[in-house]
Amino acid sequence: MVLRTSRLKRALGAVTAAALVAFVGACGSSNSSDTASGGNVTLEFAQWWGAELPSGEFDKIINDFTAQNPNIHIKLLSAPYASTKQQLITGAASKTLPDVVGLDGAWVNDFAKQGAIADMSKLMSDSSYDASQLASQVQVKGKTYMIPVVNFVYPLFVNKDLLAKAGVATVPATRTEFLDAAKKISATGGDVKGWALPLDTAVPNGIQNDVMSWLWASGGSMLKDGKPDLTSAQVKSTVNYVKSLNDAGVIAPGSLTMKEQDKVEKFTNGQVGMMIDSLAHINLIKKNKPDLKFEVAALPAEDGYTGKRGIPYASWGIGISNSTKHKAEAFKFVSYLMSKETNAKLSTIANGFPGNKNATPDFSNSDPMFKTAFDIYQQGYPANEFVGLPKSEDLMRTFDEQLQLVLTGKSTVDEALNKSQQSWSSVIE
Amino acid sequence: MTSMTAPKTAAPSKGQVSPGRKRSAMARRLIPYGYLTPTALLIVVLMVVPIVMVISYSFRDNVIIQDDSVLTGFANYTKVLTDPDFLTALKNTAIFITVSAVAHLVLGLGFAMMLNTQLLGGVTKAIFRIVYILPWLFTIAVIAVIWRLLLDPSGVINYVLHTLGVIQHGVDWLGSPTKALWAVTFVNVWSGYPFFMISLLAGLQGIPGELYEAAAVDGTNWWQRFVHVTLPQLRPVIISMAVLDLIWTSQQFALIWMMTGGGPLHATEMLSTYTYKQAFSEYEFSTASAAAVIVLLLTMVLAFFYVRQQRER
Repeated sequence: MVLRTSRLKRALGAVTAAALVAFVGACGSSNSSDTASGGNVTLEFAQWWGAELPSGEFDKIINDFTAQNPNIHIKLLSAPYASTKQQLITGAASKTLPDVVGLDGAWVNDFAKQGAIADMSKLMSDSSYDASQLASQVQVKGKTYMIPVVNFVYPLFVNKDLLAKAGVATVPATRTEFLDAAKKISATGGDVKGWALPLDTAVPNGIQNDVMSWLWASGGSMLKDGKPDLTSAQVKSTVNYVKSLNDAGVIAPGSLTMKEQDKVEKFTNGQVGMMIDSLAHINLIKKNKPDLKFEVAALPAEDGYTGKRGIPYASWGIGISNSTKHKAEAFKFVSYLMSKETNAKLSTIANGFPGNKNATPDFSNSDPMFKTAFDIYQQGYPANEFVGLPKSEDLMRTFDEQLQLVLTGKSTVDEALNKSQQSWSSVIE
Repeated sequence: MTSMTAPKTAAPSKGQVSPGRKRSAMARRLIPYGYLTPTALLIVVLMVVPIVMVISYSFRDNVIIQDDSVLTGFANYTKVLTDPDFLTALKNTAIFITVSAVAHLVLGLGFAMMLNTQLLGGVTKAIFRIVYILPWLFTIAVIAVIWRLLLDPSGVINYVLHTLGVIQHGVDWLGSPTKALWAVTFVNVWSGYPFFMISLLAGLQGIPGELYEAAAVDGTNWWQRFVHVTLPQLRPVIISMAVLDLIWTSQQFALIWMMTGGGPLHATEMLSTYTYKQAFSEYEFSTASAAAVIVLLLTMVLAFFYVRQQRER
């Protein structure tokens, strides 16, 4: 009898364990976040910023918010950019995004179309938020879905030693001067080349940062009335220019599979004289090669161009999940990050430029190059036409593949642009 | 005075089972299922449900990203199978897994025989064992980074080849559409041969010495012993390993993605990178599901051969 009872208990135990597994599994598939108890709200905030900031700095900013709003707790879900992207794409698809999400402008259109992120225009008007203080907003069909919190611009980096060795007295300001300088640097010998062009298709943002930047620097646009305009004279001139750099042999070899980090590494090691890169890499370059003499400058424009120069940028954007039950609290947190003081503080520690127009980053403890870049930024305008476009990474990849065909002599510039135009037109309706 | 009377109980008639016994018999029958339930549930939740979902997605359009997905029959399969990029990926995958499996086998067997030889001392063998197994200890991310640096046009490989006079100029191993596939295959061979080596070494050590002695008495040379004793004895291990390797290599994603991203110009596009791009770049989860189901079917063919071979053993 005892034996039988024990067996029965074991059987029940096994069934209970199975039920527990099923229960845990079911819990796993439910919405991730917000626990409200006793009026307290916990907001989950998924982003990659914490992983890129100096250790503990982001926590201080978050703790200040909690001190001001004791009933709202922020649970940071920090991971590197690539992991965050993957998690958010799957979260958006399954409608299980954390309450507040760090966003890249390239994801916004798709997330908004999926109904995964909330219309922030409504939240702003509901809370009488003064949107005029925002430097920019990323909109889809007239509604704001992302607010850029910190912007990172992509100026021209120039190795001063290599430039001097090549006999180039001034930093190139026009396309002709740039080609000339690149040729002279490449002629100095060894493995040194004038410029680096990362065209890896796994992360094809080289098209945005290193190719289209030439177009925007001369006031050009790849869109017309929101539709692709890749066969325009300006885009053709840009691609022809990149091809001329390739034909002149001034681009570092391996560009078809080169990644952004390879480009930075080659510049740091003195293997390329010039590159277009994020300002955020200044500290990394200085840390890895303290004696490297380099400076930042505005991107060269077409000869004779006198207008304002567009400067590419990437943002740490912020958005709110459409499925969160605490949109008001989430927007309160967003407002805090966008406030003049907090935004200035965050921009300062991130070495970026603020998303709040009234905030001024403190450059007193930073490298003087940040001040130079801020001046370039203020003289020009932030330009990134991929922000807010649907499937923007795929658009970049399509253009990337066509450009690779041009650079390997398998296609003409006209053919490549026509094919890109066709492909983009099927995506951007 | 009290008297005790036995309780009136009716003796169970033949064929009648008491409720208690009935319960215990049922419990006995249920116990094995109870033990199996957690595993079965895990298999259902982690394998059956996702596979069924992916198969169902492959027959629909606008899945995941839109609420109004519609049945489209085999349209996604037609789209995938007529996509030149998919066919390129299929061809590249076939070359990649076949060359990798053959090279893994040849290298693994060669090194295993070296480690099993009587000609080397114990210490020497131990050193070689550590050296040969090293590639297996690195994670794929580390392998990708190391080999990207080594294969860079200004990297160590080109420097060595140039110094030896093999090449005149730096070769763009990963950036050249004609060389990239062979470069990533080489790296995959490098990272995967130790597993073959260890398995074959275990197989070699299990071959009875008497077989070699008998062959020697028959006057055979080294090659004849290798062909008529070693290979037949290792046959089950070799077939199992080769089939498993084909399956594993066909699923290789991280190495390709981190080294070339499927480029340049789709030269290293694999079924895995193609499917990933469809899902996470183009947000075409329906066609990605169709591609994944095709991969599943191809893998099942290999799995069928593996299972059949295991049964024969």
